[in-house]
Amino acid sequence: MTRLVLSGISKSYGAIQALSSVSLVLQPGEVLGLMGDNGAGKSTLVKIIAGNFPPSAGEMRIDGETVVFHKPRDAQRQGIEAVYQDLALCDNLSAASNVFLGREAMRSLGPLKYLNYRRMNEVAADLFRQLKSETRPRDLVRKMSGGQRQAVAIARTLLSQPKIVMMDEPTAAISVRQVKEVLDLIGRLRDHGISVILISHRMPDIFAVADRIAVLRRGELVASKPAAESSPEEVTGLITGAIDAA
Amino acid sequence: MTTLEDAISRSQHRSWLSRIASQQLFWIFIAAIVACLTLSLITDTFASERNLFNVARNFAFVGIIAIGMTAVIASGGIDLSVGSSVVLSAMVISVLMADGMAFWLAAPMALGAALLVGLLNGVLVAYGGMPPFVVTLGTLSAVRSLAMVLSDNKMIWEFGPDHGLLLWVGGGSTLGVPHPLYVLTVVAIVMSLVFKWTRWGQHVYAVGGNEHAALLTGIPVKRLKVSIYMFSAFCAGVAGILMAGWLGSVTTNLGQSMELTVIAAAVIGGAKLAGGEGTAIGAVVGALLIEVIRNSLILLGISTFWQGMFIGTFIIIAVAFDRIRHFRS
Repeated sequence: MTRLVLSGISKSYGAIQALSSVSLVLQPGEVLGLMGDNGAGKSTLVKIIAGNFPPSAGEMRIDGETVVFHKPRDAQRQGIEAVYQDLALCDNLSAASNVFLGREAMRSLGPLKYLNYRRMNEVAADLFRQLKSETRPRDLVRKMSGGQRQAVAIARTLLSQPKIVMMDEPTAAISVRQVKEVLDLIGRLRDHGISVILISHRMPDIFAVADRIAVLRRGELVASKPAAESSPEEVTGLITGAIDAA
Repeated sequence: MTTLEDAISRSQHRSWLSRIASQQLFWIFIAAIVACLTLSLITDTFASERNLFNVARNFAFVGIIAIGMTAVIASGGIDLSVGSSVVLSAMVISVLMADGMAFWLAAPMALGAALLVGLLNGVLVAYGGMPPFVVTLGTLSAVRSLAMVLSDNKMIWEFGPDHGLLLWVGGGSTLGVPHPLYVLTVVAIVMSLVFKWTRWGQHVYAVGGNEHAALLTGIPVKRLKVSIYMFSAFCAGVAGILMAGWLGSVTTNLGQSMELTVIAAAVIGGAKLAGGEGTAIGAVVGALLIEVIRNSLILLGISTFWQGMFIGTFIIIAVAFDRIRHFRS
């Protein structure tokens, strides 16, 4: 069963064509490395899949069913989670609160429902352990390092047992050691059958973890092929336009 | 060498003492205590039962509204219309009771009128996308004007058949404690629990911390904002009813410029105007400190013209403290 099928996805802002007729296929447990220069349309594509705005034209299917998203919540219900570049965290809340934000664990005392901080801290600690990240669930996000913040944002997506996780530059602002941790994590997501769409500028990261590489140039998909059949040189050429298409 | 397991499960890296000392609320509380002790020593009137009774009652009104204001400020907003909600609520209950309506019917009507003000504020801010400062500045003016129209700008001091009950509710006392203080205590305890232990409380802080993130996680930000402004107006409405009973008469200048005192109390108590922080207890302690300052100036024979100077200084000290704390960390 194919997890995600995009056919003819286009997006225009007035006269500007951000995406023109992008068609892509994503299998379960496949890591897709999405590459392209600034303004090539990567973020636009990710935001369409995440339900931030609908495409101007085109169709999206998940597990064979056509889906239309009006807001991020719609995409989340279909098992699509996104880790944004700015991470979208609340600095003033604890790591565990951020992981559970919008879907807090509750306990009941008769008719009263109250937050189950203990369970949220335990589950968050468990997720951080899986991510092998030294992140304390009770600490405020304000006081955390770039890598820890990344771990919080990724732990958020794992909470709902997603089908597809999209990551926008997850390795851009963290230490070398933590880059390896994040890449290991992506491998672990794949082992659980979760599909990952990874946007990155870092060629080594993409080739270390991606099964398939897709390249966007000026809103057009110029390549989508197995990583094993490509090379960093070819991808660089595709991004810059030195190579027309592959 | 600590293992990963240890690092994750260690809940804190500082002692409880240093954590308490880093709270603005702690120092404000100390300041209030020191002020009270000093006043008890240098004046023989401060610690008298009569004066403490007055202080307790006076600060209760500001404290109740400041708790509502704290919710608004913690969510990243501001509500300038609370003083007008106070006079509207007081005017609705007094006009209705003067016409012979029972207290138990008129009070919900007064609260309903205040809630409508909050609803209007909330809808314009959340769904209209207008800045809260401007929206509530508009309702500040409009609602006070409505109270004037409602009462024909006359003073009302006869409250019909339940006259005695209204005066008892707002101005009476039980077991030596004035009734407004009971109301403040209940509101403070309930809201402390709500802020800390409910989804609503958590979402208030989330919206104040990063509204964009809150929206992305699917929190119903617009509905939440409407409820926050309605809560603030509700607190002002409650205070309006109590103040009508306490004063025994209602005029249209009731609650005039009260929003400034209330915002000052919330900010001194640790509410952050940028959003994301604030507690119910902080609002109460902030209100208490302001009332102690006001009271001490009178007792010490200092001109009340100095009052604004002291309160203003405290606001700036409180905010400066917050800056220093963030600078260090």
